[in-house]
Amino acid sequence: MAKFSGIGGRLYRGETSYDFIGKRRRWYGFSILLIVISAVTLFTQGLQLGIEFKGGSSFTVTSSNASIETAESALEDAGVETQNIIQKIGNDKVRVQTEPLSNVQQTAVQDQLAAKFGVSIESIDVQIIGPSWGEEITRKALYGLFGFLIVVMLYLAMTFEPKMAISAIIAVIHDVFITVGIYAVVGFEVTPATVIGFLTILGYSLYDTVVVFDKVHENTKSIVSTGRTTYSKAANLAINQTLVRSFNTSVIALLPVGSILFVGAGLLGAGTLKDLSLSLFIGLAIGTYSSIFIATPILTVLREREPAMQALAKRVGTRSGASTSTASASEASVKSNSDRGPRNQPKRKNRK
Amino acid sequence: MSANKSAQTQSRALRTISILILSVVAFTGIAFVTGATSFKLGLDLQGGTSVTLQPRIGVGESGKVTNESIDQAVEIIRQRVNSLGVAESEVSAQGTGVNRQIVISVPGETGRRIVDLVGQTAELRFRPVLVEGNAAPSLSTEAAPAVGGVPIEVSNAYAALDCTIPENRQGGGGDNPDSILVGCDRAGINKYILGPAEVLGRQVTQASSILDPTAASGWYVTLEFDGEGSSKFGAMTTRLTSLPAPQNQAAIVLDGLVYSAPRINEAINTGTAQITGNFTQEDATDLANVLKYGALPLSFDRGEVQQISASLGAEQLRGGLIAGLLGLLLVILYSLMYYKGLGLASVSSLLVAAAMAILLFLLLGEWIDFTLTLAGIAGAIVAIGVTADSFIVYFERIRDEVREGRPLKSAVETGWARARRTIVVADMVSLIAAVLLYFFAVGGVRGFALTLGLTTLIDLIVIFFFTKPLITLMAGMKFFGGGSRWSGFSDKSLGIVKKAETGASI
Repeated sequence: MAKFSGIGGRLYRGETSYDFIGKRRRWYGFSILLIVISAVTLFTQGLQLGIEFKGGSSFTVTSSNASIETAESALEDAGVETQNIIQKIGNDKVRVQTEPLSNVQQTAVQDQLAAKFGVSIESIDVQIIGPSWGEEITRKALYGLFGFLIVVMLYLAMTFEPKMAISAIIAVIHDVFITVGIYAVVGFEVTPATVIGFLTILGYSLYDTVVVFDKVHENTKSIVSTGRTTYSKAANLAINQTLVRSFNTSVIALLPVGSILFVGAGLLGAGTLKDLSLSLFIGLAIGTYSSIFIATPILTVLREREPAMQALAKRVGTRSGASTSTASASEASVKSNSDRGPRNQPKRKNRK
Repeated sequence: MSANKSAQTQSRALRTISILILSVVAFTGIAFVTGATSFKLGLDLQGGTSVTLQPRIGVGESGKVTNESIDQAVEIIRQRVNSLGVAESEVSAQGTGVNRQIVISVPGETGRRIVDLVGQTAELRFRPVLVEGNAAPSLSTEAAPAVGGVPIEVSNAYAALDCTIPENRQGGGGDNPDSILVGCDRAGINKYILGPAEVLGRQVTQASSILDPTAASGWYVTLEFDGEGSSKFGAMTTRLTSLPAPQNQAAIVLDGLVYSAPRINEAINTGTAQITGNFTQEDATDLANVLKYGALPLSFDRGEVQQISASLGAEQLRGGLIAGLLGLLLVILYSLMYYKGLGLASVSSLLVAAAMAILLFLLLGEWIDFTLTLAGIAGAIVAIGVTADSFIVYFERIRDEVREGRPLKSAVETGWARARRTIVVADMVSLIAAVLLYFFAVGGVRGFALTLGLTTLIDLIVIFFFTKPLITLMAGMKFFGGGSRWSGFSDKSLGIVKKAETGASI
């Protein structure tokens, strides 16, 4: 740990510096690859939607002799011949999911299951979703998603600068795409709990981005007047300076989510907790990645296009005698010592 | 920083913390006094049944889903649910406009009965009247008139029935179409023994209230039957017209209550009938609605039905609590390991935040019937991370300031000025997420959004009025200000190489 804290100090002073901005093409490429895979799988394979979205019934029986065969025969006797999914959850639970059933069929399935497993009807957990209800849920989830993106974008544009808002939202859309892609590729079931976790993650991913952007904002406030560094370099320093913070906030956020996932998947087997924490877990990881590797580089590219920033880059370039084109600006910062933020600020040492 | 100013900052910090702790204690007192000592658990944690009903909107009928019709439906369903006598049952409308839903939740294992009761609009039935009498109970059983085919138990039940008591006019339950029914009329004027149902509500295709300006009777109701209904209604009326009063009446029964028992004047074989009487406009409209929809002003589809057994509820509650404790413990361990002494500030802040959250959930349970659901617990657990994150943002800021050469005492203040903005912006994003989730979401999701939003607010309160002042106080202590090895501010933890160059040692 102490060693790691030491890294924090070196990153802060710029002695150790990772060139995130300069190598951005590599990360863009990586993300684009993931997005393409996501899109392809999404169109070919689609998402494994839970019954909440497509309508259907789910019956969970808790019994010491839970077996899939018994459940199958119960369904057969109840005369339900739809596309059924029968799963064993843990040691003592069997879950039966069917397509939408009539009221009579529901009652029949419940009665048969109770009889075959020798349990009371009341002890069977039932969830029945009407077909139109699923549409309603889907619609609301989409409204929530778009409403959130728009409001947050406006808010960030007001608090920071419009370009930061744009970059943050691009990063969030990137997160949405890849997370959905992972669900499509792995075939995890998507339930309303997944969607909630997902929307929360968007907020969280932005939290991370806000922390980095705040530092970028601070580092770049007076670069034009001092003329010592380019926007790219200042932004890259900001990422490095907040690296430990990003790491720590992500770990701290993952710990409770991980414990929900552990309990949800391990102890309870299935349900709200598992679905929620799984999407939180995946989203958190991607959110942290995107705030470092996607959001800030995009912001930098957007800002470096401004004439004032290009003029600045030219001035800094001629001063240090190196050719600092926009794209490779920060590569120079790895070695050159002349233009690192805090080092060049007047030292306040020994002030009491 | 002058010694005087520093002392001032310290005493202000102490005051802020004291006020916060006193308020927490005061609210704890309020919680105990008002009896808010246990959480209101959602159905997913205590077991129970919830049914969500969506209005069924036919072509050109969207105008019918009004606030009034939904409220009316809620009221009728509530009466039916209450007839089961389960405590803490709830019937409420959610959503807006045509997307309104009615959510019924009943704790305990009543399961199928509730679903049957509210899931289908109660069915209307036409039954022949066997006996009609005054609403008050007969004084002696001998007074029960003997009618062919009426068993003695039924006569006794009829004699004992007191329709003047409103409880006996709630309707619901036990209305088997194939057996004889003893029941009251809605107004509590008459009571009846009725024969098995002969025509069913679903055989009525159309009903409406019409004003006849020429007739003295004014408002009347017309109804049409489908093919099967026409022949059955024809047979029934043909038989009844020849019988003496009161057996020449056909009762319109819904939910075990007689809405109207018109005398049959002639055999009606055309499939259309008129019910006349001294109806007001309201009476006629009500009767027509009853004939059309059953009692509810709208027809509903079951959107979602959830039956959770008590054992699953207990299991989910236990799971949620374990996850919460585990999450809290891991975050505490990590904070202490990484931030050492400074981690203590984070741990105590987390505990204060947890106490505040628990208190708030208890009080809201008492005040606005806030129920804790599994999703809600998950929201609160996720909030542990969000809360701890804001501490990290602040701590890292302080360390940045110290690395820049500030003495700890002033680093705490300048670091706060900068961290404050980041924390507020980030928490605002969380709040926006929570508010939007709350308004867009249905059912369980709202619980998650609510706890997430509330805990984010608590995070803001705790970091402003507890963590920050606490850090100020700690910075004044020799252990931290002196950069002790375990304080989290040692040169080693900060990665400061040359000790002499920094101001970390005051």
